[in-house]
Amino acid sequence: MASVPGDLKYTRDHEWARQEGKNIRVGITAYAQEQLGDVVFVELPKVGATVSQRQAFGVVESVKAVSDLFSPVSGEVVEANGALPTAPETVNTDPYGTGWMIVITPSKPAELDELLSAAQYEEFIAKGGH
Amino acid sequence: MVYSVAVDTSLKRTPLHQAHVEAGARMVAFGGWDMPVQYAGIIEEHRTVRAAVGLFDVSHMGEFEVEGPQAEAVLQRLTTNDVTALEIGQVQYSLLCYPDGGIVDDLTLYRLGPDRYMLTVNAGNIDKDWQWVTARGTGARWRNLSQETGLVAVQGPKAEALVGRLASGDVAKIGYYRFATGTVAGVATIISRTGYTGEDGFELYCPAEGTPAVWRALLEAGRADGAAPIGLGARDTLRLEMRYALYGNDIDETTNPLEAGLGWVVKPAKGDFIGREAIDKVRAAGPARRLVGIEMAERAVARHGYPVVKDGSPVGVVTSGSYGPSVDRYIGMAYVAAPHTATGTALGVEIRGQVKPARVVKTPFATPHVKR
Repeated sequence: MASVPGDLKYTRDHEWARQEGKNIRVGITAYAQEQLGDVVFVELPKVGATVSQRQAFGVVESVKAVSDLFSPVSGEVVEANGALPTAPETVNTDPYGTGWMIVITPSKPAELDELLSAAQYEEFIAKGGH
Repeated sequence: MVYSVAVDTSLKRTPLHQAHVEAGARMVAFGGWDMPVQYAGIIEEHRTVRAAVGLFDVSHMGEFEVEGPQAEAVLQRLTTNDVTALEIGQVQYSLLCYPDGGIVDDLTLYRLGPDRYMLTVNAGNIDKDWQWVTARGTGARWRNLSQETGLVAVQGPKAEALVGRLASGDVAKIGYYRFATGTVAGVATIISRTGYTGEDGFELYCPAEGTPAVWRALLEAGRADGAAPIGLGARDTLRLEMRYALYGNDIDETTNPLEAGLGWVVKPAKGDFIGREAIDKVRAAGPARRLVGIEMAERAVARHGYPVVKDGSPVGVVTSGSYGPSVDRYIGMAYVAAPHTATGTALGVEIRGQVKPARVVKTPFATPHVKR
């Protein structure tokens, strides 16, 4: 079973969100990277870009598939993981750590409450994850 | 992230289906079959085949046998290559074409005896091909052995040693695109020195009921060599690095053999065959487009159907593309208008609305290690 850290929030699109002060760090879950397989390409928004909850903010490609990345919350991108474009495999090896994708300053902080808890996400993927 | 997980009970299963599920393979729908796309991971599996030996279940592929005094003449008319050049024990890559030169399927043709041949066809084309050959190949006896035949490919630098430990005869004596009949792990097998990876290796045809025993024996006997099961994902990246065409991606009913770079299996000197007139016309005029190898200038995956542009104008379309694990480059194949196909030509591939730089490169992308 893929790991689901208890201190994170999750989307039904398999992104995780970690509150860091007023900001939210975002990545994809261990389950997501397992389903994708070997990640060979990551495209992220530029710092300063505006993202909206449940809207695509980037793209991750494995050998076999292209998948959109969906934002857990609305806001402004204040950091993007510059290491990923040249080391996309980090998403597979450390999805909750160095494989993070962007940091958002939320414009609607209440949106965070709409996300799944770790327990809810575990139940979601146990039922097939879609 | 959006996933589509196929839960389709109408999908066909190979004799090794249970072994794949038990091994924890990820299964996907492919050509109407429930097939393993990966076990340990596509890149790791790819490297296993290049460095050691990998086992592929390709039992989904179709086998037709054709027999009789007219078998050679029938095949000569159906296929593009010269069947009379084929010796008993030899294998030939060939094509079935439509009268307009489009490709029905690509196949390997085995000469089993003086008047007896076997055709191995793509899984997704079995029904179409069967109707095609039996309707136009009257005068010889056809048998569709697809259901009762299992097929395991053993590919990689350690394939010869592995198959040699389990086979009845000396497999080292089997030349490239030759085969022998014998046993592997006690199961009657056609041991064919062919493959779809660019590595040395074999394709083992055996009865469906004996296929699990062959598979288990190969995994067991190959353990010390690092033998591992390989899914369709790595099969695709391995064949792409060799620029081997995949039916449905790079060739189909809308592509002719010459533009696909398959003129070497079209032998007009042999006499008439279905599609000959149309292909002759293409040859006389020169193909308007050609299937070329492309390499992306930056990290970007060109995928089937992406437009190819030159100085802002559309000049072609990508047919296959991936990260190539052995060449560590982002590579692909594309049909490109003939004036822009010279090696080194700068092109662009339109990926999600953005043009990414690419260039035409020589193929194969990786060095083949097939036995010569």
